[in-house]
Amino acid sequence: MEPVLLKRIDIPGMAEIETAVANGAYANLGKGLGMKPADLLELVKASGLRGRGGAGFPTGAKWGFAAGDPKTPRYLVCNADESEPGTFKDRPILERDPHLLLEAMILSGHAIGAEYGYIYIRGEYADAYRILAKAVEQAYEKGFLGNDIQGSGTRFECVVHRGAGAYICGEETALLESIEGRRGQPRNKPPFPANVGLFGKPTVINNVETLANVPFIVERGAEWFKSMGTEKAAGPKLFCVSGRVNKPGVYELAMGTPLRTLIKDVCGGVPGAKRIKAVIPGGVSAAFLGPEDLDVKLDFESVAAAGSMFGSGGVIVLDEDDCIVSATLNIMRFFKHESCGKCTPCREGTYWLYNALHRIEEGGGRPEDLALLLDIADNISGKSCCPLADGAISCVVSSVKKFRAEYERHIREGGCSFAAREAGAAKA
Amino acid sequence: MEGGVKAVEFSETAKREIEKILSRYPTKGAALLPVLHLAQEEFGVLTEGVRARVAQVLDLPPAQVEGVVSFYTLFKTQPTGRHVIWLCQTLSCDLAGTRSLLGHLDRRYSLKPGGTTADGRFTLVMAECLGGCGTGPAMMVNWDYHDRLTPERVDEVLEKYR
Repeated sequence: MEPVLLKRIDIPGMAEIETAVANGAYANLGKGLGMKPADLLELVKASGLRGRGGAGFPTGAKWGFAAGDPKTPRYLVCNADESEPGTFKDRPILERDPHLLLEAMILSGHAIGAEYGYIYIRGEYADAYRILAKAVEQAYEKGFLGNDIQGSGTRFECVVHRGAGAYICGEETALLESIEGRRGQPRNKPPFPANVGLFGKPTVINNVETLANVPFIVERGAEWFKSMGTEKAAGPKLFCVSGRVNKPGVYELAMGTPLRTLIKDVCGGVPGAKRIKAVIPGGVSAAFLGPEDLDVKLDFESVAAAGSMFGSGGVIVLDEDDCIVSATLNIMRFFKHESCGKCTPCREGTYWLYNALHRIEEGGGRPEDLALLLDIADNISGKSCCPLADGAISCVVSSVKKFRAEYERHIREGGCSFAAREAGAAKA
Repeated sequence: MEGGVKAVEFSETAKREIEKILSRYPTKGAALLPVLHLAQEEFGVLTEGVRARVAQVLDLPPAQVEGVVSFYTLFKTQPTGRHVIWLCQTLSCDLAGTRSLLGHLDRRYSLKPGGTTADGRFTLVMAECLGGCGTGPAMMVNWDYHDRLTPERVDEVLEKYR
């Protein structure tokens, strides 16, 4: 597949508007803003574009809910709070092709009738924030943002809003709370943001990568977009691979590319030709897959059928020398830290799971701890108001199921015997 | 200021910046995170006095400001060393060797998580995923990203922060 989203990423200076325009940025504004909003919305619906932030919700349908709500003003919010461990796919766009995102937001705003856009970027991405803020300034100077964009009569204002360190703000309603100046605690749904979102108004929240597809759909059409990927998951997808592979990085491939192809062919396989023990296919909220699952196609339905989640496209590979208990403990420490504290099952449960896992890893595990882990997980599942809690238990449930013997060995032998841990370093 | 809290005042430049920030949002509350970022740049630490002033400037309940400051990890309420090292300890970086860097920072700089070097030069904070997973282990020093870290590379990087 020829690169789409990353096709300009290696051109130096793309953050500067002159260079960006010379290389095709904003080239689709004329065509897109010339369309009736309803037609543009239909085009995106017809393309089959689905959300790239993790949930895979059809973008056009989401837009339709907000566009159909008569309350004004409507808002478009770009979720650039990239924080799911193993996920680093939006960062190249934010840092190295920011005008692509701005063009995408202008077009998307036109489709849903939103004149105001906010880009919520995680606080740690300080470089990306500076780059984006400058890009916005330049876009105003050149008339790509503001009252009457390039004489089209369309208005779009854009503000870059910087977070301050909280994973939960990637959850869309927590993100809205955060913009409004509160702790990032998710809202109960319904009402959904499409109707009661930012400042109580109809709001669409889309991930950076999701939006970045829009200018190309405008340029080349829905049929072209659907020619890539699978029947239910069209288009290109950014995968970010880390852990035990020879060539970690961000890769743009068609939806539905097999996991084995990604790891072996694209990323050059596992260093030292070691055996793969486990793969997290879509950020640490996704359940572990085992070596028997490597033929799974990377799209929403196929990964779900294999018992995990397509998620964000953040693939983490563990090899035979990596300890699954240690990895699960690491993930649970993350969730314990990032639980916002609103819902009891998540707040208490991630802490309890962490304690039990810590005990097993450190040698104090008891035979009944495995049943305890699953029982706590069961009491968290489906009982919190946002998806963080269910994401947090995936690693526990899947690792106890697939690698039970490894847990039992920890308990029997009084701790972890993996060499990497002894050395205090994973890289030999 | 009430309760014996030391009053602070934003500089004229910061005041103008706050006006600009406020113009971007339909509510004053929405300016809270940007203004806290600005205040942290201006004063270094979000002390009780700074937090009280922010609440006053934005006409927000002090409890809202307190709640927000304590919620987000990047807001500082305690003094730190001159440079803050945010070392990522999440899975991909851990696999790539975060623990060996921890050992190195302890041996070479007597620096432990949460601690500050005796000369006040560095504070070490363990960070959760910085989004540098493909080139880990990664760390942020103040706001600068550094990745592909080894003990030697850490020394090279830290040399630049005096």
